[in-house]
Amino acid sequence: MTVSVTTTPPANGKKVLGFLASAIILAILPFVVGNAFGNSWVRTLDFALLYVMLALGLNIVVGFAGLLDLGFIAFYAVGAYTFALLGSPHFGIHLPFYITLPLGALIAACFGLLLGTPVLKLKGDYLAIVTLGFGEIIRIFLNNLNAPYNLTNGPQGVNLIDPVSVGGFSLGKTHEFFGISFNSVYMYYYFFLALTVLVVIMAWRLQHSRIGRAWVAMREDDIAAAAMGINIRNIKLLAFALGALSGGVAGGLFASFQGFISPESFGLLESIMILAMVVLGGMGHIPGVILGAVVLTIAPEILRDVIGPLQMATFGKMIVDPENARMLLFGLALVVMMLVRPEGMWPSKRRKAEFDDAKKGH
Amino acid sequence: MAEVLLKIDGIVKRFGGLVALNQVGLTINKGEIYGLIGPNGAGKTTLFNVLTGLYMPDEGSFTFDGTNLFRAQPHVVVGTGIARTFQNIRLFKEMTALENVMVGRHIRSKAGALGAVLRDKGTRAEEAAIRAKAQELLAYVGISDVADEFAKNLSYGHQRRLEIARALATEPKLLALDEPAAGMNPRETEELKALMEKIRASGITVLLIEHDVKLMMGLCDRIAVLDYGKKIAEGVPEVVRKDPKVIEAYLGVAHS
Repeated sequence: MTVSVTTTPPANGKKVLGFLASAIILAILPFVVGNAFGNSWVRTLDFALLYVMLALGLNIVVGFAGLLDLGFIAFYAVGAYTFALLGSPHFGIHLPFYITLPLGALIAACFGLLLGTPVLKLKGDYLAIVTLGFGEIIRIFLNNLNAPYNLTNGPQGVNLIDPVSVGGFSLGKTHEFFGISFNSVYMYYYFFLALTVLVVIMAWRLQHSRIGRAWVAMREDDIAAAAMGINIRNIKLLAFALGALSGGVAGGLFASFQGFISPESFGLLESIMILAMVVLGGMGHIPGVILGAVVLTIAPEILRDVIGPLQMATFGKMIVDPENARMLLFGLALVVMMLVRPEGMWPSKRRKAEFDDAKKGH
Repeated sequence: MAEVLLKIDGIVKRFGGLVALNQVGLTINKGEIYGLIGPNGAGKTTLFNVLTGLYMPDEGSFTFDGTNLFRAQPHVVVGTGIARTFQNIRLFKEMTALENVMVGRHIRSKAGALGAVLRDKGTRAEEAAIRAKAQELLAYVGISDVADEFAKNLSYGHQRRLEIARALATEPKLLALDEPAAGMNPRETEELKALMEKIRASGITVLLIEHDVKLMMGLCDRIAVLDYGKKIAEGVPEVVRKDPKVIEAYLGVAHS
């Protein structure tokens, strides 16, 4: 028998070309978008990248390990508040981002363990309820920890958060390179893009490793996985911690980008939105999840711009408030999508096999 | 005197008010094929689950290869050298045959999350070794040709073999098979028997639950018989077969 030991397919010319092409497209994208539609759309791109990071983090928990988490936004909040409290006038502490960002990610990971430990024995619906509660607890804490000691500044939130900067070079300001002026939203775009690439590499490598296999095994049959020597407790906690880690990074970036955070940004709807990105994109499949996050960030923004003028043109007056109509259409799209393509927009081969089974009625 | 590999004594397992295992004790020697038989509901699978760590026994003692495994976690049991298959096959259905066996290597490899992300030299070498070993095991049980098929698409006989390969991947000293011949035709059963002989010849002790008494008599060195959670006989097949208590358990008592 011939034993082949290649772990990755050899890189061929086509692959390199595709890689270069996507790199160039991603590099010039903000300029194309900014010139065509204005800087607010570059801002939307920045948010799309943040959501890609969040969705990839949640994908580790939900997609890889199969643990339904409805409170994922809590880790985003923990990362954001860590960053904000250590880099704002609130306490007068101004630590640099290269300390606060990793620290926020680490603290978020610890919160991941904190959530993971009591839910080790829970599955499915029960797990979903507890994680939902956890997310709300974090938000309510953030909302109320302004007394007796003012830790989070309560519902007013934290303002004037430091932008990402190194030695006076701040992403919050406009810079000029090679005669081209880069607005703050452009600066953040490239910074987010770099970190998103790192998160993608991390998620991809985890998936294709001993750890990733253990997660899939646990998701498919936890009893058989245990009987094969997988320490279910550790591997579950690892999934929660690593998922929370990416959530924490995204949170810190969000805080610096916005300059202001309040508990309002971390509600249940956000958790559900991120879960929708994962499910709609293709649970457990990294390209699918990225697609899901991008589409679900950008589509509502497009609807926001289109619905008002469209109604005026068709009916000559506003029939439905554009903000409501946007969410209505969006909800409708989700429902239709789940009916016609429950495996997601871009599912993995494995996930598709599961759904093919379900359709046949196995 | 043969060397003792596994020894349990006074094992009690209760489910609420039901005593599924009542003071069961047995010893398995190194290198033998040990059979466990008994009527339906006798507690064979319960005992199996206790021996592989899936159930925590309530009382008794359990040592394996000099290690105390009483109430040990499943992954600890596997680490010590007991691997199992399941009565109703429990493969990872949406993983390929090769991936299934690679999961079996988990306990014998150590790359963590950091190694996975950094993909350092050691991690890559380990991953390659895992893959090579898995391919070797697929060849060993004779299903190399379906390595890249999803486990659920394999034929029944292949699935049984894959489960054995996956268990062997953990490098067990004792391989515990729960009704491996169930649902197999005579030819497949013969092939399975040959495979078990081969495994034993490679130095692995085999524990077997089976309904096929004929297969058991021809294959096992020693047999234990369970009935209503109690061990009613143990010994070489010829003696056990003639034991009145065993005949009674299987056929009932003759009433005059």
